[in-house]
Amino acid sequence: MMASNKKYWKSVEELDQNSSMIKTLKQNEFAEPIPTDEFLGNKETMEASSTTRRDFLKYVGFTTAAASLAACEGPVIKSIPYVVAPDEIIPGVANYYATTMADGFDFANVLVKTREGRPIKIERNDLALHNGSVNARVHASVLSMYDKNRLTGPKLDGNDASWGDLDAAVAGKLSAMADKEVVLLTQTLASPSTAQLIAEFKTKYPNVRHVVYDTVSSSEALDAFQAKYSTRGLADYDFSKAEVIVSVGADFIGDWQGGGYEAGYAKGRIPKNGKMSRHIQFEANMSLSGANADKRVPTTPSQQLQVLQALVGNGSTSGLPEKVADAVNKAKGQLQKAGNKGVLITGLPNVAAQTMVLDYNEGVGSEAMNTSHPKLTSMGSATEVINVMNGVISGSVKGLITVGVNPVYSFPNAAFAEAYKKLEMTLAFAMKEDETASLAQMVAATPHYLESWGDVQTKKGVFGLVQPTIRPLFNTRQLQDCLLNWTGNSSSYYDYLKSYWQTNILAGGSWNQAVHDGVYHTDINLDVEENVAVMESSSAHGALPKPVQGGLELTLYTKTGLGDGQQANNPWLQELPDPITRTSWDNYLTMSAADAAEMGLKNYSVANGAMNGNYVNVKMGEVVIERVPVLVQPGQAMGSVGLALGYGRKAAIQSEMQTGVNAYALYNNFSAVQNVTIEKVEGEHEFACVQLHNTMMGRDIIRETTLEIFNTKDKEVWNGIPMVSKDHQEIPVTSPDANLWEDFDRSIGHHFNLSIDLNACTGCGACVIACHAENNVPVVGKSEMRRSRDMHWLRIDRYYSSEESFDGDLEKKESAEGWFTGERKALLEMEVASANPQVAFQPVMCQHCNHAPCETVCPVAATSHGRQGQNHMAYNRCVGTRYCANNCPYKVRRFNWFLYNENDEFDYYMNNDLGRMVLNPDVVVRSRGVMEKCSMCIQMTQKTILDAKRDGRPVKDSEFKTACSAACETGAIQFGDINDHSSEVFKQKEDNRMYHLLEAVGTKPNVFYQTKVRNINEA
Amino acid sequence: MYFCAVIFGTKWCVSIDTKSNQLRAKLMDNNITDRMEKVHYRNLPSTLSFLWLALVLTFSVSQTTLATTVVLPAQAVDTAAGEALFKANCAACHKLYKKATGPALFQVGDKYSKEWLYKWIVNSQDLVKSGDAQAVAVFEANNGAVMTAFPQLSTADIDNILAYTYTPQKAPTVPTADVTAVPTTGGGLSNDIILVALALVFLLLVIMLFLVNRTLRHIAEANGVVVEETEKRTPIWKAFIQNQFLVLVAAIFLLLSGAYFAYGWMMQVGVDQGYAPVQPIHYSHRIHAGSNQIDCNYCHSSARRSKHSGIPSLNVCMNCHKSIAEVAPETLAEGQEFGVDYNNEIKKLYTAVGWDEASQAYTGKTEPVKWVRIHNLPDFVYFNHSQHVTVAGQQCQTCHGPVQEMEIMSQFAPLTMGWCITCHRETNVQVEDNAYYDKIHEELSKKYGVDKLTAAQMGGLECGKCHY
Repeated sequence: MMASNKKYWKSVEELDQNSSMIKTLKQNEFAEPIPTDEFLGNKETMEASSTTRRDFLKYVGFTTAAASLAACEGPVIKSIPYVVAPDEIIPGVANYYATTMADGFDFANVLVKTREGRPIKIERNDLALHNGSVNARVHASVLSMYDKNRLTGPKLDGNDASWGDLDAAVAGKLSAMADKEVVLLTQTLASPSTAQLIAEFKTKYPNVRHVVYDTVSSSEALDAFQAKYSTRGLADYDFSKAEVIVSVGADFIGDWQGGGYEAGYAKGRIPKNGKMSRHIQFEANMSLSGANADKRVPTTPSQQLQVLQALVGNGSTSGLPEKVADAVNKAKGQLQKAGNKGVLITGLPNVAAQTMVLDYNEGVGSEAMNTSHPKLTSMGSATEVINVMNGVISGSVKGLITVGVNPVYSFPNAAFAEAYKKLEMTLAFAMKEDETASLAQMVAATPHYLESWGDVQTKKGVFGLVQPTIRPLFNTRQLQDCLLNWTGNSSSYYDYLKSYWQTNILAGGSWNQAVHDGVYHTDINLDVEENVAVMESSSAHGALPKPVQGGLELTLYTKTGLGDGQQANNPWLQELPDPITRTSWDNYLTMSAADAAEMGLKNYSVANGAMNGNYVNVKMGEVVIERVPVLVQPGQAMGSVGLALGYGRKAAIQSEMQTGVNAYALYNNFSAVQNVTIEKVEGEHEFACVQLHNTMMGRDIIRETTLEIFNTKDKEVWNGIPMVSKDHQEIPVTSPDANLWEDFDRSIGHHFNLSIDLNACTGCGACVIACHAENNVPVVGKSEMRRSRDMHWLRIDRYYSSEESFDGDLEKKESAEGWFTGERKALLEMEVASANPQVAFQPVMCQHCNHAPCETVCPVAATSHGRQGQNHMAYNRCVGTRYCANNCPYKVRRFNWFLYNENDEFDYYMNNDLGRMVLNPDVVVRSRGVMEKCSMCIQMTQKTILDAKRDGRPVKDSEFKTACSAACETGAIQFGDINDHSSEVFKQKEDNRMYHLLEAVGTKPNVFYQTKVRNINEA
Repeated sequence: MYFCAVIFGTKWCVSIDTKSNQLRAKLMDNNITDRMEKVHYRNLPSTLSFLWLALVLTFSVSQTTLATTVVLPAQAVDTAAGEALFKANCAACHKLYKKATGPALFQVGDKYSKEWLYKWIVNSQDLVKSGDAQAVAVFEANNGAVMTAFPQLSTADIDNILAYTYTPQKAPTVPTADVTAVPTTGGGLSNDIILVALALVFLLLVIMLFLVNRTLRHIAEANGVVVEETEKRTPIWKAFIQNQFLVLVAAIFLLLSGAYFAYGWMMQVGVDQGYAPVQPIHYSHRIHAGSNQIDCNYCHSSARRSKHSGIPSLNVCMNCHKSIAEVAPETLAEGQEFGVDYNNEIKKLYTAVGWDEASQAYTGKTEPVKWVRIHNLPDFVYFNHSQHVTVAGQQCQTCHGPVQEMEIMSQFAPLTMGWCITCHRETNVQVEDNAYYDKIHEELSKKYGVDKLTAAQMGGLECGKCHY
């Protein structure tokens, strides 16, 4: 062996056989004796020391024993009562206050649930007749108040200051700049009293010009409306009155023109007396509206304009792809047939297109459109804002006061930030030290809307009041109080608001009642509106950019989660999976599979089960956004791409939440449609996508049928009960013979059931956030989401069809023959979603099975069954074997892989005192190593029952609610007691459309679904 | 001690515990007997001092009566009736020797004329409005506090009250606690003597036996009787060690009993029955709920409507303590047995709530009281007071024990799940006169064939009813 002959030396000393060093080292470990004496000090003192080794061991033993004994004792908990208790607060009982959210993007009348003076949840205000949308962002807004990155007080030149200092500084600046132009750039405030205040402010400082800036603009629609009806506003639509809805690029179930249309839409979508509305959608990006449509036609924005022209009458369909042309002709026919029951809408950022739509609806007398009571929640004029932007850059504007807007972040001109820094006066009203506030000389810290007074006119004749629900957390002052101060008015804004309302709005009505209701309906005309000069409806702005050669048409959109990006530091919203892409913590370029394949862009799964993708650079003229991840989106129109606004914020945003890229850089002329070119760049992006399997593979997870079959065929045909085999006989799974289990008796007392109507569910995600807030569901962060460890108790599954329709899937599966030749191939193909798929949403939470598979496998009986139908989960009993999750056919159980509260690794709201104020004290915060899941909001049913017991009365049907059912704007989720045969949910259970998820398994869930019916009638 | 406790394992701790409990019980007994004892022994000196006091008083009273008789025409005044009237009508705002809402009234007759006082007491506001200078001065001196009109009081009544206001302040009767701390004798001591005597007798017997044995041996030796030496047997411990089976059995027994005690000890970890922490203010439930019979719900009002019973906010304390700045001397004496000066505790309340006694006004400077929470349910349990108090009609004492007897509040019940469940199994739901239960009661009684339903039968044992 060669190796054995080799000798290795540790040092050169070893070469010398006679080295004394080597000899010494043979006997001793060290060449020189170790100086222990020096090390330990004087030997005598050591010996004289009273601490012997034994003593030392005794001390160690004693301290260990004492520590372990002390650990056996509970901590001392202090209870500090009020010194003077407020009358309305009873500790442990929630109070509700009506208020209105108005952040310039979301406007909604809401109820705020407070506990011991802390707002903990947002709910819908049922007194609001107007369809104000309480969407996911509104539900999450309560957490934005407890944002630790908020400004805690006013600032001058970057240093903390007092309000007195700020007042003096502002007054000084304003009077020094008497002859220079100062622009007051605000969000749409829609506040009559504030409008008057601003007018007073302008009277005092005539050099101030007020410009409204909507971060996400509806300027063209406003211009069109103003030109036609001579007031600035947006036509309101009630889609429940429409039988045929044709939308050309308008995501009206999303945030189109302020949103809030899903309730009316859903009303018309539930088949009643054999009828339901027909919805045709022409669009580029796959939007919520497209996903809900009966027919969705992918069309690029430039095609959309042609589609619109063809629909309203005179345009031709030549040049459009055959399929699109065919769809346009059919849609036109249906619209004509519907007459005044039809409605046409568009989201194209083009005045001409918007005018066409208004003219069309006006012409046919569409019942769905309401122009006499326009929406007033969006007022900005892109032209004016562009003037301001250019004025700042050119230097003609000397001062800029921003209120609730963040132009440094959201203006599509990189030169603005530099110019802003050089302005003579910059004052930012902001809740956080955002991009603008961090550059401003003066920063006025504003309170959250839950800490403010205010009023909002969301729609002509519909007024909302804003009232504080908590004392301001920080040293903040709202805009109105500042304006009062600066105009030398000593009254508080509350007094001002009250007297304004009593004079102008209430007309003798009760102020207290108005504050109590939070919403006030009166058909008065307020003439304080600052009228924006009627725009010369020039085509210079609002004309769609011409597609460039080799480029792609980009449609900028807002995501359900982040909207315009104001709440980017809200972990609930960051973690909310987008209803369409099911991807959270990101924005990305959506692209059709064909375009992606052409450019060699891919999405693929990696070892931990997560999805990765490629990056591209997006170029628009000089502007380049680097490293934008690409997500292949089924249904995306060929030649078009989509990118969400509101991401890529950095200032005052926690590092975990600095996600995505800033698409406002591409928001040229505040127009959502742009032309871009893209090029692939190196790198691999990690997506946090929670649903990687996009198709149902022909299974009946979501049952779907057509209106025709629904109307003409027996239930057995379209919603049959699955058959199982017993003794080689086929029997229905619901028959007692197919039952392995002994049934619980649930005929006595309450038996709760949850009904989910797949026709009404638009996938908006409000329920997910409501569940978050009600049940203290933790946020886990992007990297855990990638590992499919999301904690949402309620998820909204989204399925694509792999053929043109779900029916097609079924046919393909059934017609495939022979394992190797047909079936296998068919199944593989069915994993891939179609280029223009049908889409269906399905909210899935714990199904509360009467025959629950999870209960039988729990070794410690931590999950058990209640008589009232809930499947209980005792967290304190759970030892974390996860058998239950593995045995659950619905995959709704969530495991606490880590401690998500008070853990720096998960530095979200549960890790700071401020954020923890949002926790619901009636629901325990789960610890590491336990399983959790939907409890059917047992704390809410228990409370309802207890209230009834205390009053000594039976429970009324409408009283039972869960967080999701209460949040559901469309009424898709209904909750109640099926032992009460007059209840709504009992009627739902008896409905022909009712089915259970995976019914063939025989779990007998207490959650049931209503079969989705699509109106595919083309004539 | 600690070390021992750990080394010798769990039994020590338990025994210490029980011992200390017994000790405490014994101490409390002693306290009670002490008190009785004290009262008994105090009789003589106090009667003596009373006599002495009476002498002094008669002297001083005769002086004052002399003085008043000069002012007033002789008339029959009834001090006792005056006291009753004072306590019924005036005491809410006035004290004799100290300013309260109104001024101190001791010898008020000296300050103002009788006629004026009649008018003032019957309707002070009329007097103020009439512009009477003195009345206005008094009104303003008391921060414009409007005195209730007493038209129902006759001049005779007022005279009686005024007579009562001349009752001199009693010298603070500091209970002479150190007197007569004679150790309790009797039973205990005689038992000891008997024990010692018995022990002596026993010792004597042993010695006698030994002596008898020796004497007999000597006799036997002398008589030449050979005493057979018994064969030396193996010692019992050696025999034990040699018997493997016995060792095994003993080991098993020791291990089992060790495990039993270890289990018992571990099960009491986290069960804080008897937990009675020192509170920032020595608040006596015995005085408030016991002696004064204040309803629990007066202070813990949210127990009827909320999950929390609620620690009363300090403004609730001030409802009464605005006028109760000092306790009665007897109560003060009781307090000394617990080593507490109740008046000081009331001062602590005033500091916390920001009440200035001198000006009888709130300063606005508050220091919220940080009570130590006694009943700590874990976070994963949902308990609702209103369910038990309002719906079930349970007495507070069922779970909280004889609070009205507790000087220092302590945790009465173990608050373990077993304790909850036992009660839910045994307690009938109060379904009468509650329309909520009508239907479910009818159906469930049919199902179980009983008329009364326990909480358990109603579903009160399901996990999810308390854990969510």
